[in-house]
Amino acid sequence: MITEFLSKILKTFETGSGLWNPLVWICAIVVAFLLMYILRGFGNRKFKKATGQTQAFLSGNPEYEKEQMHVKGGNVYWGFTETLKWAYTVFDKMHTGNVSDYILWFVIIMGIFFIVIGVI
Amino acid sequence: MEVFNIPFIAVISLVIIGLYAVIFKRNLIKIVIGITLIESGVNLFLITLSYRENSIAPIYTNNPGGVMSLPVPQALTLTSIVIGVAVLALMLSLIVHIFRHYKTLNVTKIRGDDE
Amino acid sequence: MSTDGILTFLLQHSPALIVAVPLLGAFLTPIIGKINDKIRNLFVIIIVLLTSFFVFLLSSNILSNGSIRTYVFGAASANNPVIRIFFQVDGLNAFMIIIGAILSIVAVLFSFRYLKEYTGQDKFYTLVLLMIAGMFGMMLTGDMFNFFVFLEITSIASCALIAFWTSKGESVYAGLKYIVISTIGALFILFAIAILYGQYNALNMGFLAASIQYTFLDKVALVLLISGLAMKAGIVPMHMWMPDAYGRAPISILLVGATQASLYALFRMVFTVYGSHLADILRHIKFRFFVTIEFDITLNGILGVLIIILALFTIIIGVFMALKQSDFKRLIAFAAVAEIGYMLLAIGAAIITISEIDTETGTIILSEVGVNSLKGGLFHIINDALDIGLMFLVAGAIYYVTKETSLNKLGGLARNMKYTTIFFLIGLFAVAGIPPMNGFASKLLIYESTYEINPILSIIAIMCSILLLAMFVKVFHSIFLGPKQEKFEKIREVPKSMLIAMAIISCIIIIFGLFPDIILQNIIEPAANALINNGLYIGGI
Repeated sequence: MITEFLSKILKTFETGSGLWNPLVWICAIVVAFLLMYILRGFGNRKFKKATGQTQAFLSGNPEYEKEQMHVKGGNVYWGFTETLKWAYTVFDKMHTGNVSDYILWFVIIMGIFFIVIGVI
Repeated sequence: MEVFNIPFIAVISLVIIGLYAVIFKRNLIKIVIGITLIESGVNLFLITLSYRENSIAPIYTNNPGGVMSLPVPQALTLTSIVIGVAVLALMLSLIVHIFRHYKTLNVTKIRGDDE
Repeated sequence: MSTDGILTFLLQHSPALIVAVPLLGAFLTPIIGKINDKIRNLFVIIIVLLTSFFVFLLSSNILSNGSIRTYVFGAASANNPVIRIFFQVDGLNAFMIIIGAILSIVAVLFSFRYLKEYTGQDKFYTLVLLMIAGMFGMMLTGDMFNFFVFLEITSIASCALIAFWTSKGESVYAGLKYIVISTIGALFILFAIAILYGQYNALNMGFLAASIQYTFLDKVALVLLISGLAMKAGIVPMHMWMPDAYGRAPISILLVGATQASLYALFRMVFTVYGSHLADILRHIKFRFFVTIEFDITLNGILGVLIIILALFTIIIGVFMALKQSDFKRLIAFAAVAEIGYMLLAIGAAIITISEIDTETGTIILSEVGVNSLKGGLFHIINDALDIGLMFLVAGAIYYVTKETSLNKLGGLARNMKYTTIFFLIGLFAVAGIPPMNGFASKLLIYESTYEINPILSIIAIMCSILLLAMFVKVFHSIFLGPKQEKFEKIREVPKSMLIAMAIISCIIIIFGLFPDIILQNIIEPAANALINNGLYIGGI
């Protein structure tokens, strides 16, 4: 009974072209982390804590307190949204607030479906 | 064009006028009137399906005999009318709340959550 | 009476009881609410637990046998006058009502402490029970007009739930937008139902499936049905009501259930009602351009291509708009739009690979890639409901503690709220599809099976999955990490009942992630088989 239950739990799941077994994966990750921890323990002789080596380097700018340097939520991906401005202007114009535009999109999609399915 | 096709033409024109009112008008009350027009069109379509030529009402007691029109779409239409009344009452009460808040009924001027 | 007799009696009547018990509870709640608050809370949780007990009884019976169960309201045999309504429960329905049961238990548990200081709680619980009854009705019925009635019940109850806090103007406006869109979609669905009734004199999905021929009016009805149901399910470009509605509802996790029910209805219409014509050859095209090119255009080819194009747009637009948001709940709503795109992509890929219809048993024959893709899409439905539900619960917990939802004003909350941080991390890994959570199992099936059809689909799906991870890492950084802020000095952890609700979903996510094979074989395979086995559905009448 117990072996039957165990073999049912530990079965590997197959997709069409691959295998996936989460428990085997967890064992592999734990072994990998143990290896990393052991390698980290060998150490680096030249590293001394709490001297000038551990302070952040800001290329000569003055360092503010931590509260004022926290990047707020809406601005984190500024670089991404700036370079893709050509796509974002189109999307922003689509997402207006009013109900009439939503129904306009519905009628457009219904028209396209009707032409494709009805005619072809 | 036969006489019996006129209800179907009326259905299509009601639906198109209702869609025009919802898409292109700016006042919230006009949008609600457009929805009512579409709903009237669909109810008319359901009733028209149940008509047979020269038929009488589908009641069994004291009937003068003859072909009866179908009773099932008439029941479906009653259900649909009741649902339409409930939705209309809900939409109008929400519009009263919105007017108290924003002091205007123009869709382009009410800004909810932007971005 | 022995317990066996009682259980058999309950099992036989369970489709009706699942819809009737919350409905009765919804009507009794205001009366009981006049006595005491605690008694009303107890009454609501008892009703929900009773409904879930019936759901598990029914679904365990159906999923273990692979059979179908028909429940008739009205005339039992086919003599005149034939006036009856069918509830037909097969594997796919059993799968959907399990999702509904889990979501409703967690939502009611979460809202006990969440709404403790607000007035009008009687009305809130009445609306929640009404919406649960409507949702189960949509998932269980086998009759088209009955489906329309339950759809309207669910949308009216949801609109009142979205506009619940009427002191803020934006909530009421979001409720109005939701009800306008919902009503227009439902009216067009009614138009299609009327067209089909006028042609075949039948409202039953099984009768329609057996006797449908593909005339011009049927094409019109198919277009209206797909567009109306797609608008309710939140597929681009009709998705724009979702951020407004989900961002303003007090309990958004039940609305997720209503959206999944509309998606289930879309699958049911395409696969079962129009199922026997999915392999029809519509045109035969022949070119002569140095070489002779000739191929057939089939219905499943056109439908599949259209659905895949819509699904790709849904994924891309959902993810791109979400990266720009700075409001927590609207961001999660856009992520929900993107996840619906994944499910639609899998089903579209399955439709394209249909090769023929077996005429004896009425089974749709897919290739093996198609069956895997169908399984991946169905598995993703339950994974997505759980993951996005957990995210909405975390957002609700943060709003309860700090009364803010804007990402620009929050920061450094991980010091005070340790358990919420852990639940958010589990949800983050699950939504982005990182092993060993359940998101990875279903997304792996989708990636591998769509790669066989066309590599471009798989590339876009993987890229947008990575962007989803980026989005939620941004949220994690800006809410939980970071320096301490003074206005949040006195915050403590959320109350225990909310933590228990989040813990239930997290446990289910981890269990589904660690043992995906059991879920896949016992729950998903019967659902997929039931979807493509039309003969069983028709023979149940």
